Amino acid sequence: MRFVTEYRDAAACRKLAEAIARLVTRPWTLMEVCGGQTHSIIKFGLDQLLPEQVTLVHGPGCPVCVTPLEMIEKSLELAARPDVTFCSFGDMLRVPGKSQDLLAVKAGGGDVRIVYSPLDAVAVAQEEPEREVVFFAVGFETTAPGNAMAVYQAKEMGLTNFSMLVSHVLVPPAVEALLSSPDCRVQGFLAAGHVCTVMGYGEYEPLAAKYGVPIVVTGFEPVDILQGVHACLKQLEEGRAEVENAYARSVRHEGNLPAQELIREVFEVVPRKWRGLGEIPRSGLSLREPYAALDAEKRFGLTETEIPEPEACLSGLVLQGLKRPPECPAFGQECTPEHPLGATMVSSEGACAAYYRYRHVGGEAPV
Amino acid sequence: MTDLGDLQCPVPKGDYDRVLMAHGGGGRLMQRLLGEVFFPAFDNELLERRHDAAVFALERGLSSPRLAFTTDSYVIRPLFFPGGSIGHLAVDGTVNDLAMAGARPLYLSTGFILEEGFPVADLRRVVQDMHDAADAAGVSIVTGDTKVVERGHGDGVYINTAGVGIIEHDLVIEPASVRPGDAILINGDIARHGIAIMSVREGLEFESAIESDCAPLADLVGRLIAEGLAVHCLRDLTRGGLAAGVIEIAQASGLQVELRETAIAVRDDVLGACEILGFDPLYVANEGRFVTFVPAEQAERALAVLRAHPAGEGAAIIGQVTAGSHPGLVTMQTVTGTSRVVDLLSGEQLPRIC
Repeated sequence: MRFVTEYRDAAACRKLAEAIARLVTRPWTLMEVCGGQTHSIIKFGLDQLLPEQVTLVHGPGCPVCVTPLEMIEKSLELAARPDVTFCSFGDMLRVPGKSQDLLAVKAGGGDVRIVYSPLDAVAVAQEEPEREVVFFAVGFETTAPGNAMAVYQAKEMGLTNFSMLVSHVLVPPAVEALLSSPDCRVQGFLAAGHVCTVMGYGEYEPLAAKYGVPIVVTGFEPVDILQGVHACLKQLEEGRAEVENAYARSVRHEGNLPAQELIREVFEVVPRKWRGLGEIPRSGLSLREPYAALDAEKRFGLTETEIPEPEACLSGLVLQGLKRPPECPAFGQECTPEHPLGATMVSSEGACAAYYRYRHVGGEAPV
Repeated sequence: MTDLGDLQCPVPKGDYDRVLMAHGGGGRLMQRLLGEVFFPAFDNELLERRHDAAVFALERGLSSPRLAFTTDSYVIRPLFFPGGSIGHLAVDGTVNDLAMAGARPLYLSTGFILEEGFPVADLRRVVQDMHDAADAAGVSIVTGDTKVVERGHGDGVYINTAGVGIIEHDLVIEPASVRPGDAILINGDIARHGIAIMSVREGLEFESAIESDCAPLADLVGRLIAEGLAVHCLRDLTRGGLAAGVIEIAQASGLQVELRETAIAVRDDVLGACEILGFDPLYVANEGRFVTFVPAEQAERALAVLRAHPAGEGAAIIGQVTAGSHPGLVTMQTVTGTSRVVDLLSGEQLPRIC
């Protein structure tokens, strides 16, 4: 398959791994920001191809993982209402709140539907005017344009039975939060290619300059990731700290301008709580005032209650790259994909879930 | 280190008090349902073998003929899809479960649960497809039952079939017969059926329709046995796909399995659809694919038999069984040459956010 198979080529991967091995003279720690990249690294065993001196730590770029428990509870409350048809991407359905998940609400009679696009949820609202249709808008800058378009179209159509539960987050503020922490041990970043396809990579330039770290825009296939790692290590070895694009087949410096315009039309930047990381200033998106009628939180008068995370869960440290999943004592013991204790085990994109799925050999620490 | 004994967990322990869709997905939740609800209640030696079909002798004694017996229910949407229909599946699925026990399928029963308002023209189409599939597989549908439920209490039509077949050889084809060193073969590319169904259900359009691989396998299995191969185990790769089929056999046999990713074929269009949906083809359902476990020295002969048959043209040797220190573990050598675990999913694969 074009644009997939050639980026999974074993010979190309080996060549890049050899080039990386020749390049590296001392220990380096890199973070891949996006959960999709973490998944690829563990699935294809790319970390096993790297020299021992190179450590990959896994970042906070899994939208399912960082959605706060309070927001999950709101989704469950809405989905259980008899008048509501609750539409969501598939992977939010298994995320547990205090006592249940959306799958259980569905089994209990709630009208919960998996959609592939927020526009599908708009279509449901058109076809079933007697239902209150709510879409669970979760994600980074990647899903923001589609969600913005759904809200924009619903308003244009004058739909009165469509609304959105918004839990959008932004990548650069999270990267800055990690970099500004005194505990930060990350020396270079692989930025998420999809996010940069939408937003471009200009907003990372001040971060690279301020904190002196190289940031390399990186794709998701094995060859893409190894190219990103190579470019990042080359900068580190040469003492440079620049923003570099290693995913040029998808990313331009300015990004997708019409998509950005649409995001700005519909959403405004707000502070947002991240599961495992806490509140980060200017790190989320919320609907602007002209679209307030489509905001499910306002429409249904949802209130916020603080829910504490289990203490044994190290997901906050995993999301900051301070711990790797196997270092958590609960990993694979109390905490499994069926019984997740925290954010990073919940989603298939989460770092702990990736280790569990591709490395765990039952009862023992992963290899 | 935090004391785990003091843990206050805000999430459920995964023990759902209602049935979820995921309980039918062929993953861990389903295994748990079987282990906690069905096996303890029905507890018997035949069921314990956890094979696709139960195999039993008609009377005591080695010379007694052995029969295979199985059942399956078909609740799919859409009823008609590229490459087949619920009618084809209802026959081929049960025929294939018998074939996986090494039996020659003979007779099928069928039960229909029809929803009030279901078009009779559609029912005729389904029944005609069952007739055609039965003819192709060389079986007769000899008894049946029909019930109608009120509108809204069914999904058009649900079909159950059960089947009996006769075992005409001395092989014991079941997970317990698998041995370290056995080669694992598959009869073609994977994931076509699941993607054919998903594309229709979700309105995904491709340049040309992806057709289901739905096919009867009993004839091909008969050829393997007639060739005198020491077939140790067979498993059709339906719900849960290649991954679930191989993991179940590894666990039931207490051995380890190593797969080679590069040997496992996925058609380009199917791979493309999987990429769009965020699915791993290893876990996507097939309806005409099965794995064969034979001694390593017979692998090439088995491959030749498979490839000579229309249902096995794309056959390949995809891995081997090892004794290893982790009974039930399945690993895979990836395309990049590294190794990883192949694990059972919780339930169904769910389309991802990004």
